[in-house]
Amino acid sequence: MEYKDYYKILGVERGADQESIKRSYRKLARKYHPDVSKEADAEAKFKELNEAYEVLKDPEKRTAYDQLGNNWQAGQDFRPPPGWDQGFEFHGGGYTQVDPEQFSDFFESLFGRSRFGGGRGFYQGGHGARRGENTHAKILIDVEDSYQGATRTITLRHSDPGADGRPQIRERAINVKIPKGIAPGQQIRLSGQGEAGFGGAEAGDLYLEVEFKPHALYHLDGKTVYLDLPVAPWEAALGATVRAPTPTGPVDLRIPPNSRAGSKLRLKGRGLPAREPGDLFVVLQIALPPADSEAAKNAYRQMEQAFNFEPRAGLGV
Amino acid sequence: MMGRHTDAPMPLVLDDDYHLTLGDLCRICGITAEQVLALVDEGVIEPATREPWRFHVICIRRVRCAYRLNRDLGINLAGAALAVELLEEIEQLRARLRRLERMER
Repeated sequence: MEYKDYYKILGVERGADQESIKRSYRKLARKYHPDVSKEADAEAKFKELNEAYEVLKDPEKRTAYDQLGNNWQAGQDFRPPPGWDQGFEFHGGGYTQVDPEQFSDFFESLFGRSRFGGGRGFYQGGHGARRGENTHAKILIDVEDSYQGATRTITLRHSDPGADGRPQIRERAINVKIPKGIAPGQQIRLSGQGEAGFGGAEAGDLYLEVEFKPHALYHLDGKTVYLDLPVAPWEAALGATVRAPTPTGPVDLRIPPNSRAGSKLRLKGRGLPAREPGDLFVVLQIALPPADSEAAKNAYRQMEQAFNFEPRAGLGV
Repeated sequence: MMGRHTDAPMPLVLDDDYHLTLGDLCRICGITAEQVLALVDEGVIEPATREPWRFHVICIRRVRCAYRLNRDLGINLAGAALAVELLEEIEQLRARLRRLERMER
């Protein structure tokens, strides 16, 4: 297992006081918090920060950690020296406020043995049966999945109590049926797929927050679907029938004469399916053909002649 | 580490028509009724109806986000309420930006 340099992770000196450790943690936590950050590795970074802070904020754990010495390098192969933790009781418990599954093997090997008290009540003795906790995860789906329904496999990390009462991290893949008509912001509940129950009680439920992947063509606002459709200036001006993609297959669309950029054509009920399905709006974008030949340039010159057109009329210049 | 591969039971979709009771929201998010009430007071969530209290499904996300921010960053509920609102706005703006950037190409 790899040695972790908790001071380096938090960006503080080994001799830093508790206040500066807290300050540095808060600053980095704001930067990498998964709800806030868009950095690709935010979640992993945030877990690492929490682990480091879990140890360094607690004087007892910090002293024990310091006792390992400062000759270790981050990433170096590590085994805890025998009896390294003698005299420490870790009153705060192994895990005080975060999920045990967040922590590394390195943390586990140092502080994992004292897991009573504190925490989310994972291993608090317990009286009789207790229902397992509900768990939450996100599921990323495509716009097309909502039109057709789909099956997605998601991988979840769970901690279940092992035979010795210590949490065991399990990786679990579940095939989830995505029902037709699913929309952003909805949740999918899978009964009995949360944390295991205690004393024969039933397991908790798993809640999946539905999030749509950005799509190359469509974007969503609730059940309403938008498509930006490029048209030629003459198609917009004179009207035309053009082929447009939709999530259920291409359609022939009639563009009315004198359409403008941003004009919306509504295809009723062609948005996300539901008892009251959403609409599909086709938003016209006017694409200018490039003036890359003499003929093309002449065509633009003719337009200039034909129109008494001042596009900046409203700008007061 | 153990690997399992299972077929999930039939999923239940909590859609926009599905309203949660106060108890539902507490159980789903793992928080107490008092904590939910505190979030309502701070305006993080608003009940869809008050007699009886029913909540939209979107509240699950807001409640969880507010509590994570509160727990992880030490932000009080009023601050978390503001952050949740701003984060949602940023998300909408990003989606809009993605769309506009695509149109430019």
